Amino acid sequence: MTRHTLSVLVEDRPGVLARIAGLFSRRGFNIESLAVGPTEVDDVSRMTIVVNVDSLPLEQVTKQLNKLVEVLKIVELETDNSVHRELLLVKVRADVDTRSQVLEIATLFKAKTVDVAPDALTMEITGDAEKLEAFLRLVEPFGIRELAQSGMVALGRGSRSMTERSVRTAERSA
Amino acid sequence: MSEQITGAESLIRSLEAAGVDTVFGIPGGAILPAYDPLMDSKTVRHILVRHEQAGGHAAEGYAYATGRVGVCMATSGPGATNLVTPIADAYMDSVPMVAITGQVSSASIGTDAFQEADIRGITMPITKHNYLVTDPAEIPRAVAEAFHIASTGRPGPVLVDVSKDAMQSMTTFEWPTSIDLPGYRPTTKPHVKQVREAAKLIVESRKPVLYIGGGVLKAHAAPELRQLAELSGIPIVTTLMARGAFPDSHPLHLGMPGMHGTVAAVGALQQSDLLIAIGTRFDDRVTGKLSSFAPHAKVIHADVDPAEIGKNRDVDIPIVGDAREVIVELIAALQAEAAAGNQGDYAGWWADLNRLREVYPLGYDTPSDGTVAPQYVIERLGKIAGPDALYVSGVGQHQMWAAQFIDYENPGTWINSGGLGTMGFSVPAAMGAKVGRPDATVWSIDGDGCFQMTNQELATCAINNIPIKVALINNGALGMVRQWQTLFYNERYSNTDLHSHTFPDFVKLAEAYGCVGLRVEDASDVDSTIEKAMSINDAPVVVDFRVHKDAMVWPMVAAGTSNSDIKVARDLAPKWDRED
Repeated sequence: MTRHTLSVLVEDRPGVLARIAGLFSRRGFNIESLAVGPTEVDDVSRMTIVVNVDSLPLEQVTKQLNKLVEVLKIVELETDNSVHRELLLVKVRADVDTRSQVLEIATLFKAKTVDVAPDALTMEITGDAEKLEAFLRLVEPFGIRELAQSGMVALGRGSRSMTERSVRTAERSA
Repeated sequence: MSEQITGAESLIRSLEAAGVDTVFGIPGGAILPAYDPLMDSKTVRHILVRHEQAGGHAAEGYAYATGRVGVCMATSGPGATNLVTPIADAYMDSVPMVAITGQVSSASIGTDAFQEADIRGITMPITKHNYLVTDPAEIPRAVAEAFHIASTGRPGPVLVDVSKDAMQSMTTFEWPTSIDLPGYRPTTKPHVKQVREAAKLIVESRKPVLYIGGGVLKAHAAPELRQLAELSGIPIVTTLMARGAFPDSHPLHLGMPGMHGTVAAVGALQQSDLLIAIGTRFDDRVTGKLSSFAPHAKVIHADVDPAEIGKNRDVDIPIVGDAREVIVELIAALQAEAAAGNQGDYAGWWADLNRLREVYPLGYDTPSDGTVAPQYVIERLGKIAGPDALYVSGVGQHQMWAAQFIDYENPGTWINSGGLGTMGFSVPAAMGAKVGRPDATVWSIDGDGCFQMTNQELATCAINNIPIKVALINNGALGMVRQWQTLFYNERYSNTDLHSHTFPDFVKLAEAYGCVGLRVEDASDVDSTIEKAMSINDAPVVVDFRVHKDAMVWPMVAAGTSNSDIKVARDLAPKWDRED
C-alpha cells in the first residue's frame, strides 16, 4: 500500500462531497485526508484526497469517481512533481519559565504565534506532513493542550493548470 | 412574458417534453401537486400500481420491452424508500429509468418531518445520478438531464426528488434545447487502433470465444453481432443478461455460460485462448472462482463503461465504446485482415466444442413419482408461446430453467433480474413490458416464493386491461435456497418450505383479483392448459403449475469454485478431454 494524492475538480453543488466520500467508503477505501475549497473558477471546487491504497484498486476508484456526473477532472499528484501543504494550529503549555524555549522552536520552524495566555501559546505552522511531524515532536515535551490540523492541499509544479481545459467546458455550460 | 404555471405543471410538461407516455406510480402527500396536472395530460398515461416497488419494476419491464426510459413516481418517505429495491435492480442491470419522487417542503427538509426521508442520500450509491430540486425554475433542466443521463452511455436509473413547495410555487416552463454536462461525456466511439489490434489477435487465435453480455442488447447490436459471428465463425456464448442477443437456434451459439450454464459454454471459456468480451462485466456468476477463470485466455474487453474494463480480470486489449459501434468497427477490421489474407482457423476448436455440445446437452429427469418436471413446463411454454413472446422471470430455479429451456431467437424477449437477483421482479416487470408492447404475448414465469412478494399487481393488470400471463412454477418451496440446502447443508431444510401447495389457493387468488386461474397437476395437461391460457386475451391468466419439489438446476458451478469443476448432475463432472 502506498500513499496517493488525488486532486479532483468538481462542480460546486450540494451533495457532491457526500457522493465522493460515499464512493470511497463503499468501495472499501479509507480516506486519510480530504480538503475541499474553491478554485479560481466560479462554481468549481477542488478536493484534495489522500488515500493509502495499492495502485490497481486506485485505478478502479479513479474510474468510478470519473463516472460521477459532477466530477470534472482527476489528476494524481506525484510527490516529486507537486507541492503539498497542511496547516496546523497547536496550543502548547508555556509559562514564564518555558515560553522562550517554545518560541525558539517556533522561530526555527517559521511558526507564527497567534495567541498568548499566561500558561499557553497557540501557534500556526504550515508545511508538508514531515515538517509538521518534526515540529510536533519538538514541542511535545512541553505539553500539547490541543491541536487542529487541516487536510492536505496540493498543486502540481510548473506553469500548467489542471483547471484550464475543464474550466472552459464548465464555463460554457454555466 | 412567459406564461406563469406551477412547478407541478412544469414537471408534467417536462415529462411530456421528454416523450414519456407511461408513468407507473402511487400518489401521496408530497407528490400530490404533481398528480393534479397529471390528470389533464393528453400524452402521459399514469398507471396506478399497488406498491411502489412494483411501480419501479414495471418501469424496468417497460424499459426492457421498448428500449426507452421507464418512468415511476412515488411520494416522499415510505413511497420513495419502497423504490429503493427497483432502483438498485436497475442500477445493477443498467436499465434506463427515471424515478420521480415528491419531497417534503424545503422549509421542512432536515427536520424529520412527516414522511420525510433523504431519498437523494439513500439512493446515491444505487443511481447513476440523482437530484433534489427545491427551486421550480430548475425542474425542466433536472428532468431533461435525468432522461439524458439515464439513456446514454451505460444506461441506469436517475432519481429526481422534488420538494412540495417547488411544485406549488409559480414558475415559467422552458424546455432546455441542449444539455451540457461537462463532467458527463460517455465515450461511445471506440479507438480504431485498439480495434485493429483486437482483429489481429482474433485471426491469430486458435480458440476464441465471443463472450457476449447485456450491453449488446442495450446497444441494440443484435444484427451486427450476428454479422460478426458469421463473418468470423467464432463460437459465441450469451450471458443471462444477453439471452436473445443471438439466436439460440444458430449453430455458432453454445448457450449461456456461468453457474448454471451449458457445459459447452462454460468449457469454451475455460479452454479458450482469447475471450472477446463485449458489453459484459466478468460477473462472479459467470467467472466462478476468478483466479481459475479462462486461465489460458488473452482478453479483449469492450464496454461503454471504462470502469468495468480491468475491474475483475486483467485485459490485453481494452476498448471503450458502445457495443454496436465496437462490433461495426471490428467487422471492418476483420474484413481488412481477411483481404490481407489473414483469417482465423478454428476447425480444431469447433471439433472440441461440438463434442462437448453433443455429449453434454442440457437435460433433466422426469420425476418417477408422477409429478410434473418444472423444466418440462418451461420447455413446453417456450415451444407453444414461441420466439415472439416476451418471457419475464423472477429469481431462482425457475429463472435458470427459463434461461436454459426456452429458445430465445429475438433481442428483448427475455427480461429478468440478473445482478441484484430481486425476487418479486416478474409480475410487475411483465406488467410494464405488456404496457410497453401491448401487442406482444407476455409470459411471467414466476416461482411461488417470488409471486407472493408482488402478486398484488394482478389487480392493476385486471383493472387496467393489461392481460399478462403468469406461469407459476409452484414447487411449494424457496427452490433455489432449498437446492443449496440439499447440496451444501446436509438436506436440512431450514425455512424454505412455503407450503404453497396448500396455501394460498392460487387459482382462487387469481380469480379474486379478476384474473383467470388455472391449475395443472399432471404432465399430460401442460400443453392444453398453456394453449388455453394463450387463447385468453381479455384478462390476465395465472396458471398454477404444481411441480416436483426436488428438481434441481443443472449444470452447476458451486459458488466459489472453479468453472472447470462444473457438475452436470450431483457428483457428476464432465470429461473435458476426448476418450480416444
